[in-house]
Amino acid sequence: MMDFFNNYKKLYLSALGLFVVLTILVAVMPAINNQNNNSPLPNEEPLSDAALAGKALYVANGCVACHTQQVRNLEMDNVWGKRPSIAADYASEHRTDLWRNTATLMGTERTGPDLTDVGNRQPSAEWNLLHLYQPRAVVAASVMPAYPWLFEEKTNLDEGDVEISVPDEFRKGVKGKIVATQDALNLVAYLQSLKQVELPGAMPVPEFLYKREQKPDAVAGGGEDMGLDGAALYAANCQSCHQASGEGLKGAFPPLKGSAIVTDDNPEVLIDIVMNGYDARPEFGSMPAIGTNMNLSAAEVAAIINHERSSWGNKARKVPVEEVQKIMDFLKQTAKK
Amino acid sequence: MSNLKPADMTKRNCVTVPPHKHLERLKIPLLAVFSLLTIPLFAQSGSTADSDLIGLPGILITITLLIVPVVAALFLLVVKANALFKRIQNRKDTEEATRFADYLKTLNVEQLEALQNDKLHQEYHLNNRELSGPFAPEDSKGLLSSINEQANIRFIEAKRKAIVRPGIDPALSRLILWFLGTATFWLVFGTSVGEYVGIKFVAPDVDQVSWLSFGRLRPVHTNAVFWGWSSLAMLGLGYYVVPRVSNIQIHSLKSGWWTLILINASVVLGTIALMAGINNGGGEYREYIWPIQLLFGIGLVITLINFLRTVANRKTTEIYVSNWYIVAAVMFAIVISIVAYVPNFQNGLGETIIQGYYMHQGVGMWFMLFTLGLVYYYLPQQLNKPIYSYSLGILAFWSQIFFYTLIGTHHFVFSAIPWSLQTVAIVGSAGMIIPVVSGTTNFLMTFRGAWHKVAGSYTLPFFIVGIIFYFTGSLQGTAEAFRSTNLIWHFTDFTVAHSHLTMYGIIAFFLWGGIYAIVPRLTRQEPPQITVGIHFWMAFIGMMFYTVPLMWGGTMRGLMWMDGLPFIESVTMMAPYWLWRAIGGSLMWVSHLVFAYNMYNMINPRKTVNINDIAIEKLHAEELVEIQGT
Repeated sequence: MMDFFNNYKKLYLSALGLFVVLTILVAVMPAINNQNNNSPLPNEEPLSDAALAGKALYVANGCVACHTQQVRNLEMDNVWGKRPSIAADYASEHRTDLWRNTATLMGTERTGPDLTDVGNRQPSAEWNLLHLYQPRAVVAASVMPAYPWLFEEKTNLDEGDVEISVPDEFRKGVKGKIVATQDALNLVAYLQSLKQVELPGAMPVPEFLYKREQKPDAVAGGGEDMGLDGAALYAANCQSCHQASGEGLKGAFPPLKGSAIVTDDNPEVLIDIVMNGYDARPEFGSMPAIGTNMNLSAAEVAAIINHERSSWGNKARKVPVEEVQKIMDFLKQTAKK
Repeated sequence: MSNLKPADMTKRNCVTVPPHKHLERLKIPLLAVFSLLTIPLFAQSGSTADSDLIGLPGILITITLLIVPVVAALFLLVVKANALFKRIQNRKDTEEATRFADYLKTLNVEQLEALQNDKLHQEYHLNNRELSGPFAPEDSKGLLSSINEQANIRFIEAKRKAIVRPGIDPALSRLILWFLGTATFWLVFGTSVGEYVGIKFVAPDVDQVSWLSFGRLRPVHTNAVFWGWSSLAMLGLGYYVVPRVSNIQIHSLKSGWWTLILINASVVLGTIALMAGINNGGGEYREYIWPIQLLFGIGLVITLINFLRTVANRKTTEIYVSNWYIVAAVMFAIVISIVAYVPNFQNGLGETIIQGYYMHQGVGMWFMLFTLGLVYYYLPQQLNKPIYSYSLGILAFWSQIFFYTLIGTHHFVFSAIPWSLQTVAIVGSAGMIIPVVSGTTNFLMTFRGAWHKVAGSYTLPFFIVGIIFYFTGSLQGTAEAFRSTNLIWHFTDFTVAHSHLTMYGIIAFFLWGGIYAIVPRLTRQEPPQITVGIHFWMAFIGMMFYTVPLMWGGTMRGLMWMDGLPFIESVTMMAPYWLWRAIGGSLMWVSHLVFAYNMYNMINPRKTVNINDIAIEKLHAEELVEIQGT
C-alpha cells in the first residue's frame, strides 16, 4: 500500500484515470448522447441571415450574462413560455465557426427577463430598437446597458433607413435623426425570431412542476375579475410600451389615458386590439397581437381592460368577464372566416 | 403573462404579495437561528403559512453557515482587543510604579533602612550561581536573536517576522516573485473591472462605449481574476512548494518562465478580444476563443512536465500530500480544457452538459484542488507543526475527485437536460460533505494547541478565514443544489454571492496567506504590519457587505418570481442590494490596492544605511589618511 503512495506514476495515473473515467461517464457520453439523439422540432423555422448575424452580436456582447433562454419545468417559469423547454429546442444549435464554439444560450443568471419566447411576447421592432438605444426610455426601472453604438446620427434619411423616435430627454444632445444600423436591425431580427415552437400533435407536452397552491381568498372572492390583479397583468403585458402612466411615448406608442377607444362604452374595438394588434395610425408603431400571442384568457383580458378603463382618470364602466368572453368568441369566428 | 387553461384560472399568478411580506417570511427563520433556540418550537409559534421556509434544509444550512464567519471574525477581534487592553494595563502599572518610587524618595533614613532590611529578608534565596560560578552569560555562537529590549507600548502588536530560511535559489525566487507580481497586477486589474461592472447595476448609463459595456466587461472580470490572478498566484506558490517538499531543486526554471509568459499573454489577448466583442460562445469561463486559451493550456502542459520531473527525482521517499493535490490539479485542468474546447460533442444540449461540467470542474478541480495542496504546505509551515492527519488528507483527496466530478450539471437543474443527470449532480453535491468536512477537520485540528500563534501572526488570520469559507462556502454550494432551494435561488444574485464567497473567501484568502508567508522569506523584506491588517480587514468586511445583501436580495427575488409578480418589480426591489454590493465591492477593491502596496514593499529593494559597514569603511579611510600622513 505504501508503495502505491510512494510511486508517483501509480499515484498520478490512478488519480487521472478516476477523473477521466468519471468525466467520460458524466459529461462526454451524456453530451454525445444528447447531441446525437435529439433533432429539431418539425415546425421549427431556420434562422434568417439577418437573425443569424444578430445571434452573433448577441454572443459578442455577452447578452447571456443577464438573459436566460430556458423555460424550466416550473410553474414560476410559465410566464416565459407556454411549455417547458425540451432538448429538441436546442438541437439546431451548432458550432458557430472555426474560431467560435456553439453559443451558450441557456444562461445561469436572470438579471433581465428570459428571452425564449420574446418574439411572441414583444415582437414590435419599434419598441425593440428604442429599447436597445436606451432601455430606460421605455422601461424606467431597467438596468440594462444602452447600445447607442448600434445606431448612427444622420441629417437626411436615405432609402430604407429605419429612424427611431427617441424622447428628448434621452437624446443626449443628438440633434439629427437617429437611425438603426444593420447591426441593430439584425439583433432585433434575432430577438423577433425567438419563439417557442409548437409541439407536434403526437408529442406529450411536459408538465410544469411545483404548481402554486390555490389561494382560498382568490377563489372565494371570485367576482368580475376572478381575483386577478389587472395592474400586475398590465405591468407584465402592456406597460413596457404604454408606460405605467398610461401616457405612452410620443411618436412611438399611443396614450391610453383619455383614449376614446379605451373608454368607449362598447369594448369591442379595445378587445380586438388587445387580441389581434393594431397598425392603423402611421404616427405610432404597430401593436402586436399580444392577447393571441400570450394566449390571454377572457378573465385576464377583462382584468387588463378594466384596469385601463379605470386608471389615470379614465372612468368607463367595468366590463364583466362574460361579455369579454362573448366578444372574444365572436372575434375568433370572424378571424376564421 | 402566458397561456392559461380556464381550469388554471383560479390559481392565477397575479395575486400581489407586497414586498414586506417576504421580509416577514424570512424574519422567522432568521430569528430562530439567531436566538439559537430550538427551531421547531419557533416554527410552530409562527404563522403556519409563512413558516414553511424554515423547513427547507438548504435555507437552514445557509443561515447557519452565514453566522459562522461572523462569529469567527468577532472572536478574532476580541482576541486582538484583549491583547491591546493587556498592554494598556501594563503601561498603567508602570505609571503606578513611578508614583510609588516618588513616594519612596520622601522617606527618612530609618524608614528606608527598615524597608531595605525587610526587602532583604523577603528576597533572600539561593543565587542559582552556586554551581555555575561568577561567569556572566555569553552567547558566543549567536544563537539568540530578536531580543526585544524596547519597553514602550505600541498600538500595533509586533508580529512574528518570517524566519530567514537558507537554500532558496535566487533564480527560483525571481521566478516566483514574477508569478506573484503579475498575479497582483491581474488582481488589481480584474477587480477594478469587477468594481466598475458592479457600479453599472446602480448607474447603468455611467458610460455607453461598446468596449466597456456590461456584457463584454463581465467575462473580462471573471477571466482576469481566474486565469490572471488566481492561476498565476497558485502557480507561483506552487513553484515554491513542489521542489521544497521534494527536497530538490525545480527540474527546469526555463519552463517556469515559459508558463509565466504564456499565461500572461493569454490573459492580455483574451481581455482585448473580449472587449472587442470576440467571444467563444458566451459559456462562462470559456469565453476566450481557443487560440488564446491554447496559450494557457500549453503553459499548463509545460508546468505539468516540470512538476512531474521534479517529483520523480525527489529526495524524499514519500510524496508529500501537497504534491498529490498540486500535480493532480494541473493534470485535471488540462483534461477539463480539452473536454471544453474539443468541438465533437458541443451541439445542442451537448454544449450545455459540457458547459456545466467545465465551469464547475474549473473551479473545483483546478482552483480548489491546487489551493488545498498549497494549504497542506503553508498552514503547517506557519504553525510550525505537522498536519494533523495524513489519512484525512488522503480521504479528502479521493472523495473530492469522486464527488466533485459529478456535480457540474447542478447549474442546470429543471432545465432540458436529462432529469437523471440532474439527480446525479445533486447527489454528488451532497457527497461533497465528505471531502469538505474531512479537509476542514484536518486544518482545524492542525491548529490545536497552536491557537495562541494566531495573535502574533499576520498570515494565520488569512488561513483561518480561508478555512471558514472552505467549510461554509462549499456546504452552501451543497445547500443550493437541492431542488427545493434551487427553486428559489437559481438565476438570482444568490449565485453571484456564492461564487464570491468561494473564489474570494476561500481561494483568494488562502493565496494571500501563502504570499505573505513566503515573499518576506524570499526577499527578506517584511510588509508594513499595519497595511497587512488593513488589507485583511477591508477584504473580509468588504466581502461580507458584498455577499450578505446579495443573498438576502436574491432570496427575496426568487420568492417574488414564485409569487408571479411582474419581473420589473423584482428589478426595482434589488436596487438597494445592488448598491450594498457596490459598497462592499469598493472595500474589497481598496484592500487590493493596499495588498499591491504591500507587495511593492516586500519586493522593491529598500535602500538602507548599514551603520556598521559605513562606520568600518570610514575607519579604514581614516587609517589610510593617517598612513599617508606619516
